Amino acid sequence: MIKKSLRNIYLALIFILLYAPIGTLMVLSFNASKSRAKWGGFTFKWYIELFQNQAIMESLYLTLLLAFLSAFIATIIGTAACIGINRMKKGPQSIIMGITNIPLLNAEIVTGISFMLMFIAFNISLGFNTVLIGHISFNIPYVILSVMPKVKQTGKSSYEAALDLGATPIYAFWKVILPDILPGILSGFLLSFTMSLDDFIITYFTKGRGINTLSTKIYSEVKKGIKPEMYALSTLLFLSVLILLILVNRLPKAKEKINNK
Amino acid sequence: MNKTFLKKYLISGPYLFWMIAFTIIPICLVIYYGLTDKSGTFTLQNLMSITTPEHFKALWLSLLLSLASTIICLLLAYPLAMILKGLSVNKNSFIVFIFILPMWMNFLLRTLAWQTILEKNGVLNTLLEILHLPSLNIINTPYAIIFGMVYNFLPFMVLPIYNVLIKIDDNVIHAAKDLGANSVQTFFKIIFPLSIPGVISGITMVFIPSLTTFVISNLLGGGKIYLIGNIIEQEFTTAYNWHLGSGLSMVLMVFILLNMILTFKFDKGGGGAVL
Amino acid sequence: MNQDKLIDLVNITKSYGDNIILDDLNLYIRENEFITLLGPSGCGKTTTLRILGGFENPDKGKVIFDGKDITNLPPNKRALNTVFQKYALFSHMTIAENIAFGLKIKKKPKSYIDDKIKYALKLVNLEGYGNRSPESLSGGQQQRIAIARAIVNEPKVLLLDEPLGALDLKLRQDMQYELIRLKNELGITFIYVTHDQEEALTMSDTIVVMNQGYIQQIGTPEKIYNEPENSFVADFIGESNILSAIMIKDKLVEILGARFACVDTGFGINQPVDVVIRPEDIDLVKPEEGTIEGVVTGLIFKGVHYEMDVMANGHEWLVHSTDMFAVGTKVGIHIDPFDIQIMHKPESEDEEAVSFNE
Repeated sequence: MIKKSLRNIYLALIFILLYAPIGTLMVLSFNASKSRAKWGGFTFKWYIELFQNQAIMESLYLTLLLAFLSAFIATIIGTAACIGINRMKKGPQSIIMGITNIPLLNAEIVTGISFMLMFIAFNISLGFNTVLIGHISFNIPYVILSVMPKVKQTGKSSYEAALDLGATPIYAFWKVILPDILPGILSGFLLSFTMSLDDFIITYFTKGRGINTLSTKIYSEVKKGIKPEMYALSTLLFLSVLILLILVNRLPKAKEKINNK
Repeated sequence: MNKTFLKKYLISGPYLFWMIAFTIIPICLVIYYGLTDKSGTFTLQNLMSITTPEHFKALWLSLLLSLASTIICLLLAYPLAMILKGLSVNKNSFIVFIFILPMWMNFLLRTLAWQTILEKNGVLNTLLEILHLPSLNIINTPYAIIFGMVYNFLPFMVLPIYNVLIKIDDNVIHAAKDLGANSVQTFFKIIFPLSIPGVISGITMVFIPSLTTFVISNLLGGGKIYLIGNIIEQEFTTAYNWHLGSGLSMVLMVFILLNMILTFKFDKGGGGAVL
Repeated sequence: MNQDKLIDLVNITKSYGDNIILDDLNLYIRENEFITLLGPSGCGKTTTLRILGGFENPDKGKVIFDGKDITNLPPNKRALNTVFQKYALFSHMTIAENIAFGLKIKKKPKSYIDDKIKYALKLVNLEGYGNRSPESLSGGQQQRIAIARAIVNEPKVLLLDEPLGALDLKLRQDMQYELIRLKNELGITFIYVTHDQEEALTMSDTIVVMNQGYIQQIGTPEKIYNEPENSFVADFIGESNILSAIMIKDKLVEILGARFACVDTGFGINQPVDVVIRPEDIDLVKPEEGTIEGVVTGLIFKGVHYEMDVMANGHEWLVHSTDMFAVGTKVGIHIDPFDIQIMHKPESEDEEAVSFNE
């Protein structure tokens, strides 16, 4: 009994550590005072002003577009790579997987400046395209990490069975391999999307002047003070994902219940 | 050199190209810049500048803080991973809640929120006052930076350890008890040694970002505490001395390389990898 | 009889949620006995073993070991050792370190431990393997190491949880002889859990057939095979023809309308019963010489014998014989009285439970 309550207290403390700042930001989004330090009463004002703030809405659009495009492209390149790498011999396979791990283990600041140096060395002007390339690059390893185990699991036999039963290789891929590895692809996509959304450092070094994602916009505002509309926006983003997650978790259970009746 | 050979390289071709263009070439460029001066001639000066007091102090402080945050993360994460192993919760929902969901709140904002919580008249001190406890003034000190690192990188320690722990066969633990080991002996002789790959990859995943951060020190250090990351960042964004910045990055890369070697040595099967 | 009881399980009940795994189980185990708990998966045999090992606590009942109640003693305090299903070797240790584990915990002197390792490796025919890592061994070798690791602690009882389940057929048969030899050399009690009836028949002194949390029959392999007490045991052990019948009077039974002489008495008059007839006990003779007449409808060559299906009196009989009768041949069925095993009809639903999944 004592062990159990100790365990629960520990879990609660960790949960508080992880979610205290999130709670704080939510509270701040309803704070009438512009200062983070003072509570000036409850207000919805920031939520209304948020949608009138052109700059924030633009960087939100850019952030989401970037997250979607980079996750999408990374998923396609990464999935194709997994299928190809899986058929290679052990030697090249482990070299490629080793290099794949570099962006994961490397420091983000080093990755960031290395991109910056390259774009400048090859005279590519910094902007949306360079940020996109940066995001795709750090997303691909996450896709490969999620998809590779599934590709390995699927193995050759079901693909060969499909060919044996008369399917063309392309048909076999769409009907046999793809459904098998789809969970890995989806989680790779979602992970990439989230990583891209939360990224600051790579964006910071590859964006150049003129464009801002939410992260870089927040960073540029740190010294002058963050606009409370940002808190409102983050609260909305967080809550919508939370609700989405709860729905996704509930749906299969609800379906099961209906089916059981 | 038949058709299938071509096919497997063709399908992974875009990635192979991408890998060379955007992983290998950029790193080579960092090395090139790090080893040359503005006129393009070879020099070790950029590398050696780590020995100047200013740079060395920043590196030393970075090492201290990242070491501290790694140890704290390990101490916090191991019991957490053990508890979660015993809980029989849905693995996916746990990963989402600890790892993915918080990311939907921007990490800069989350870190800034700690300012609000930790500052002199902040949430924490108000709470402490109500409880008649002494107030805690850690904002704008190295302790706040450690705190920020632990907060941001704790999930990267929990996940690899948890992933290794849940793979340990219950019967292996039963076997140890069956052979006479009590719970403490079972932990130190069986569970902990078997979880070392996860611990090592957790250490890597926390130590490197802590060592190289410039954001956390900027946000929670009050702009007065310089870590090696801050110095490199300034060389690139304000001082425009890319050669010096690259040279200092190469020093960081030595630590990263050491870490990678350590990881590969202990984690041959890839069991303790990120996900 | 009472003195050499080593282990006594008294009124053991265990359930997970609504699922009753063991229902009021009583079983005693003698010293120096090779006893096998046999049954389909989910019958409660592994749970029984885990309660003995101390990995589960029963909801009700007591475990008496050597006269002492050990029901609530943790596994590390019990004088039993277990050989686990998938070996459960410590992969971060060498073979020698694995074997030494229990002895080091007990703080035995180094020379003693070294001697024991040597002795144990020799006993399981793996001398010189001490410095290898468990992963470098084959399944069968790993299994021997698991056994060696357990027996160096000189347990009074060795618990074996389907230890041969992961091995292939040939290796499994070799290991069966190995286990018998080991048991005889060590002179300790083996409690063995398996769902493989052939393994049980080959190795055991005593077999305990279990199903759905109940003991169905306890007896020697011969007795279990030749005189199954109910249709579950008959069906689970070997192949058999199980039929409904009526006991006309002592030593006379009516099966499918035909009367057969048998040797059983004491079932009453005109009582419904079950009969078991092993396929090798059915003699195929000329149509007019048999008790009933039938036609061969199926024939398969099995190596040692032929397996035939014979349709007679509306029932398809399974027959094993070294003589071949082609499909379509008219035959007579003759059964010697002592080859007909009469069983009571199951009294409750619990006991019935003939359905199993393996």
